[in-house]
Amino acid sequence: MNPLLVFRPEGIYCPAGDFYIDPWKPVHKAVITHAHADHSRGGMKAYLAHHDSIPVMRHRLGSDIKVQGAGYGEVIRINDVEVSLHPAGHIIGSAQVRVARHDEVWVVSGDYKTGPDHSCAPFEPVRCHHFITESTFGLPVFKWKPQEEVFDEINRWWSQTQAEGKTALILAYSLGKAQRILQSVDSTIGPVFTHGAVENVNQVLRQAKHTLKPTTRITRETNSDELKGALVIAPPSALGTSWTKRLGDFSSAVASGWMQVRGMRRRRNADRGFVLSDHADWPGLNEAIEATGAEHIHVTHGYTGIFSNWLKEKGYNATVVETEYGGEEDDEPTKTDEV
Amino acid sequence: MKAFARLFVALDQTTKTNARLAALRSFFEEADKKDAIWCIALLTHRRPKRPVKTPLLHEWAAEAAEIPLWLFEETYHVVGDLAETISLILPEAEKREEKTLNERMLELISLGKKEEADKKAYITSTWSHLSRQECFVFNKLITGGFRMGVSARNLTRALAAHTGQDVNVIAHRLMGDWRPETTTFEALIESEAVDADAGKPYPFYLAYPLEDKPSVLGAPGDWIIEDKWDGIRGQIIRRNGELFVWSRGEELVTDKYPEYSSFLTSVSDGTVIDGEIICHDGKAPLHFGVLQKRIGRKTVSRKLLEEAPVKLIAYDLLEYQGKDLREIPQHDRRALLENVVEQANDSCLLISPVVNLPDWAQLEAYRAKARDRNSEGLMLKRRSASYKVGRKRGDWWKWKIEPLVIDAVLIYAMRGHGRRANLYTDYTFAVWKGKELVPFTKAYSGLTDKEFQRVDAFIKKNTIDRFGPVRSVNPELVFEIAFEGIRASNRHKSGVALRFPRISRWREDKPAHEANTFQDLIRMLEAYG
Ligand SMILES: [Zn+2]
Ligand SMILES: [Zn+2]
Repeated sequence: MNPLLVFRPEGIYCPAGDFYIDPWKPVHKAVITHAHADHSRGGMKAYLAHHDSIPVMRHRLGSDIKVQGAGYGEVIRINDVEVSLHPAGHIIGSAQVRVARHDEVWVVSGDYKTGPDHSCAPFEPVRCHHFITESTFGLPVFKWKPQEEVFDEINRWWSQTQAEGKTALILAYSLGKAQRILQSVDSTIGPVFTHGAVENVNQVLRQAKHTLKPTTRITRETNSDELKGALVIAPPSALGTSWTKRLGDFSSAVASGWMQVRGMRRRRNADRGFVLSDHADWPGLNEAIEATGAEHIHVTHGYTGIFSNWLKEKGYNATVVETEYGGEEDDEPTKTDEV
Repeated sequence: MKAFARLFVALDQTTKTNARLAALRSFFEEADKKDAIWCIALLTHRRPKRPVKTPLLHEWAAEAAEIPLWLFEETYHVVGDLAETISLILPEAEKREEKTLNERMLELISLGKKEEADKKAYITSTWSHLSRQECFVFNKLITGGFRMGVSARNLTRALAAHTGQDVNVIAHRLMGDWRPETTTFEALIESEAVDADAGKPYPFYLAYPLEDKPSVLGAPGDWIIEDKWDGIRGQIIRRNGELFVWSRGEELVTDKYPEYSSFLTSVSDGTVIDGEIICHDGKAPLHFGVLQKRIGRKTVSRKLLEEAPVKLIAYDLLEYQGKDLREIPQHDRRALLENVVEQANDSCLLISPVVNLPDWAQLEAYRAKARDRNSEGLMLKRRSASYKVGRKRGDWWKWKIEPLVIDAVLIYAMRGHGRRANLYTDYTFAVWKGKELVPFTKAYSGLTDKEFQRVDAFIKKNTIDRFGPVRSVNPELVFEIAFEGIRASNRHKSGVALRFPRISRWREDKPAHEANTFQDLIRMLEAYG
């Protein structure tokens, strides 16, 4: 019997259902794990995605895309294949794609994290035979602290920056981490302002009836005095551009899993680095894989070679799959729409 | 050790010089003086001998983290820093234990003599009692490489501010062969006069690269112009009947260059000379590659002394008859230096010849031929200049020759370390030999972060094969590689070795087949090797 999913130059393909999952080349039918730019690309004739991914997809890919929505756990039949979406805990609307036929079950993780996040549904392990996992942080040095501790650090930095009469600029990608930070920081400290790229996403989500804390868009008219003591959320690409001139005197911080490594903190040239990721850490990846009960693990973007060797040593049948997905921060579209 | 670990965090959390200086000052204000002297020692690379071999640390850390050794190694390769890798990979400590920096250092010193099993017990137990941050610092105490992003200049400034002394006095105090085990903060930093240690060198004055046209410097007559010799900058100290040879890297290298022992009789007491340690056949300086045979050797065989004879080319006179000359003008120091060299009449002590040409155009033509003289270009020193501390603009300029360049094709890539651990940034380059690509060099720096990201994306999409951490990629991208020199080498498969190769630009305008050939490389070897 042919395998249920195969790896093609266009992306992950299901021959029996004749559809792709997160393809990177234009195809006729694409099931999308989440709305980040490297997983949800333009040019597909038809899309299937979680209801909560659709508003952002329309915003980014065009309002005229043809897209079918589904809820978590809802089973959709395509030929003799069952397709269903399950929470991946990565960002709002993010899903693992379960594909089943007869007794064979495959799960495509997309991007996922196992820790909590106030802005999206928590990761749910799904039993399967074949698990296609990401490995962005597939090295044993990546171990996340509980997010409460990280937000305590962020709150302390914000308060301290405020006490110095400066603006606290935190860099986080505009879909997902920006909202996670917004919903989790202590907003009694001060007001929260946003870069246009972040505010556009916030607007889309609010229109789709998601509750987000209040934010104010920074425009050319914004007076830098208003921003003193405020928290500003902007995409990573904003640092080092002339846009930051609008902020007056500021302290900058990057929120990313890469901040675990000192050298990478240095490279970012921000004043602070907070270890906050929307991808699974090392223990998270290992636990998630174990919980699937799968024997066959296909490792995509990240430390694929090292991580699959580790899995092999643990007794899995693990292989590396070349994809065109990015890593943390590569999720951001390269051009941020500055307003 | 908490205060020291806190200093480390503070230094690590900011990129701004003023904040770093403030963190150092507040450390010196709070810290016990015994800890303060250790801090200065560590920041100036005066670490006691490593008490444990690093491969053992790899093993013990992998064991404590319950991962296989190969996974530890792969991870270390990505993180790029052993101390950090260990601190991140170990499980979180359950109990904490507080000791001063001085206590830790003394423990580590005594550890050196112990049996391996005792070393392991001490280190693994300490690991399990430290926070991640302290664990990182503790590992750094063992492995060294304690930079903490503090330049000697900034440490000097912080100590100057802390003690209210002049920056140059502090810089001078910090030089030389002092050890934290045997000196005190009071003696080194706070005593009335600068420590009367006979071997204490002066801080080196370093030239700035000249980027403008030399005509901005005025008339050539205002400048003393010499070749920039391609050896190792050194300082010869003849005091109290003894001789000390310091390299610019603040390393005492007296024993490595026995040729210089003749200075004990040829040069009078109370003399300090700044010059170039260089191989020389009596007629002309030799290629840097010859000196390389001597670097890193503690003892020198007779054969090596014959093959790679060393002399000193004198540039400057810093002390004469026991008097510090650094404040008198360059021109006058040079006159005295010429006297000293002449009176010494020592075949090992040469003077750096002055290049007397009337205009910049002729000097430029002379500079262009520097490679033929085994020189790196020209040095321009203002006649009225004092001898300053560290790298300063204005009075000393190095006017180097243009590097050699060759266009090469990227064929292998490896992930970078540390700063660039998530990108493929370590490349191997090749040139054409017929239809075949012959790898000849690696080159690291030289691209912007944006360019690295683009090349990284190309590599991931164009991988042909993987060998461990290395990927071979479709030979499509062409880069210009700049280098300072080339010589024949049988340790390299291509038969050539480049000096300081780096990427000078990405030739996006060139298709791979237009890259240079192996023949071009050999021609360069014949011309400049
Ligand atoms: Zn994503
Ligand atoms: Zn991804």
